[in-house]
Amino acid sequence: MSSPEQWTHPEPDAAPAATAAKPTAEQVIAGLRATDEGGADLVQLLTPEGERVTHPDFDIDISAEELRGLYRDMVLIRRVDREANALQRKGQLGIWVPLLGQEAAQIGAGRAMRPTDMAFPSYREHGIAWTRGIDPTELLGIFRGTDQGTWDPVEKRFHPYTIVIGNQVLNAAGYAMGQKFDGKVGDDDGEATMVFFGDGATSQGDVHEGFVWAAVYDAPLVFFCQNNQWAISEPTERQSRLPLYQRARGYGFPGIRVDGNDVLATLAVTRWALNECRHGNGPILIEAFTYRMDAHTTSDDPTRYRLSDELEMWKLKDPIERVKVYLVRQQWADSTFFEGVEAEADALAENLREFCVNMPDPPAERIFSNVYAEGNPVLEAQRDEFLDYVSGFAGGEH
Amino acid sequence: MAAPTMDRSTAAAPATPVQTLTISKALNMGLRAAMEANPKVIMMGEDIGKLGGVFRITDGLQKDFGEQRVLDTPLAESGIIGTAVGLAIRGYRPVCEIQFDGFIFPGFDQIVSQVAKLHYRTQGKIKMPIVIRVPFGGGIGAVEHHSESPESYFAHTAGLKVVSCSNPADAYWMIQQAIDCDDPVLFFEPKRRYYEKGEVDTTAQPGPLFASRVLRSGTDATLVAYGPMVRTSLDAANAAAEDGTSLEVIDLRSLSPLDLAPVFESVRRTGRLVVVSEAPSESSIASEIAAKVQQECFYSLQAPVLRVTGFDTPYPPSKLEEEFLPDLDRVLHAVDRSLAW
Repeated sequence: MSSPEQWTHPEPDAAPAATAAKPTAEQVIAGLRATDEGGADLVQLLTPEGERVTHPDFDIDISAEELRGLYRDMVLIRRVDREANALQRKGQLGIWVPLLGQEAAQIGAGRAMRPTDMAFPSYREHGIAWTRGIDPTELLGIFRGTDQGTWDPVEKRFHPYTIVIGNQVLNAAGYAMGQKFDGKVGDDDGEATMVFFGDGATSQGDVHEGFVWAAVYDAPLVFFCQNNQWAISEPTERQSRLPLYQRARGYGFPGIRVDGNDVLATLAVTRWALNECRHGNGPILIEAFTYRMDAHTTSDDPTRYRLSDELEMWKLKDPIERVKVYLVRQQWADSTFFEGVEAEADALAENLREFCVNMPDPPAERIFSNVYAEGNPVLEAQRDEFLDYVSGFAGGEH
Repeated sequence: MAAPTMDRSTAAAPATPVQTLTISKALNMGLRAAMEANPKVIMMGEDIGKLGGVFRITDGLQKDFGEQRVLDTPLAESGIIGTAVGLAIRGYRPVCEIQFDGFIFPGFDQIVSQVAKLHYRTQGKIKMPIVIRVPFGGGIGAVEHHSESPESYFAHTAGLKVVSCSNPADAYWMIQQAIDCDDPVLFFEPKRRYYEKGEVDTTAQPGPLFASRVLRSGTDATLVAYGPMVRTSLDAANAAAEDGTSLEVIDLRSLSPLDLAPVFESVRRTGRLVVVSEAPSESSIASEIAAKVQQECFYSLQAPVLRVTGFDTPYPPSKLEEEFLPDLDRVLHAVDRSLAW
């Protein structure tokens, strides 16, 4: 475990957040309880109690309609997540990777992107997928085993889910370099790339190399780290001595810690970061401080490694509830609105369920399709031999 | 396979179409021609810009094409491959140089997990036209990790194509064809042969990339080799001819996919096959050839398929590499065993 000071010690040049170098007793306690407190540098615009607060560097002018939209996004993607989790329990999916608790981090980040920006997800980014216009039914095949993602990554500007931890960070760095080489960086109309990874991934060499590459090529890349406190069973202390956002400084670019359960703060910080990148001031690291409310996957049992107290504490910081409280308090939404969103969520879930149970198994020749862009006669011979073998069974079944 | 499109009429603009070049210079000219033909072709690697690469294969390219097309990259092989993936998605055709064979392993994860699988994972929506150039093999008296033959790992991986050139003409054309290919290609360069010379006709229409080639006809036994062992096999065939033994020599050129039809045809005539490779023999390309030949030429074989390879050890200290590497005598010894079976 690192010394408590390191958890609250401000960056020397981070003027707005700077406090006394010597931590107070309260700061020490906060540091020790780092899994539920983001620390002094946490950017927050909407408290867990639904109070709108200000921040000296980041603010957002949000309309009632926009905020209702963010609320709707979060409710709908949470419902998709819960329904898919249930479909796994019913045996309709082989596995599911829950996003529960990370809705604000993903909707805030996703809604900060423009259609011309590019996103490289890990495998828990169902909320980002939603904001990129991917129908939730398109996520099912990966977990049912019928396909490996069906959306067009180029058209949607949403890369396939990457399962090898951290690989996508380098891929995103390369893509962002390409945006720069293409002359698409430098003004308001510039393009940017955002890459998503978790606290566990920050230990991977590819993530460090991605930091180096993006930095030395001034790539327009936002590193969006969702620190959900747990890499399966391993807490963030197992990955780092230092708060993750502070790592950026060592690579020569800014790092910001945002309350990942605060959709307004996440949207504000990510918009700023993407804007910096499109103007040529990238890269930037954002650490969205959040919590994985459910298991790592449906195959995981978190009761073996974490306390239920911790979960209860984080329930009080729910990303959706605080927006609801604020909408009501501002009189920006009434019961008709909330009931409408609920009804929409019910319909979405039903559609997902219906779609899932009716998904056909892929045909056998799918094994061999698109291994190569220009073909391979050796593989084609193997395919033909196998298909000939299969067709020897009555009705083509075996 | 799509026929390679080769419009290189203005490329390199040699005074005469037929020149005597080293493999090294032929590769350099091939890379230059590919960069001139397509502005999306970029070079990435360590020390490939100002220095021109430790073997000077990219000599002069950064000067002529700029730092945005010939990238002196940070010293990180996973970074080279991983960012090449992103650049390929963006529409570039990256040509990555791995400085030495033994340094490819930090990039192995990206090659196997992303480069090889993205086309399959996306069912063709993303292509990976990436070339990974690897100077490979021993015989240069180097320290550890500078003399390895890791090609079997990549030939074993679905989604990759693997080729190796053995002479200047192939070096010139095959590198351009590999860059034109929409599949990822591992391009293994026989580093100890870099300075061997041969004639290159820069106007001749090249044959297909993924094809083996009979270099010398013979009747008593067949030798199959690739990369640096092609020269060794040709030398062995010359020596055998003096003793009245006629050896056919086939240069595989493509290690994945394997083009074995000419090998089968040859073995059906000679009845005997010796496969020559620097790589350790266990689970290797030589093993695969032996398996396929016994399957296709079972009734033609007069002797078991024999393999002359590096040993199943790490590459030894260089004072022992002459013993480790297959040479003319070991090849002829195997031929004798085959003929005496």
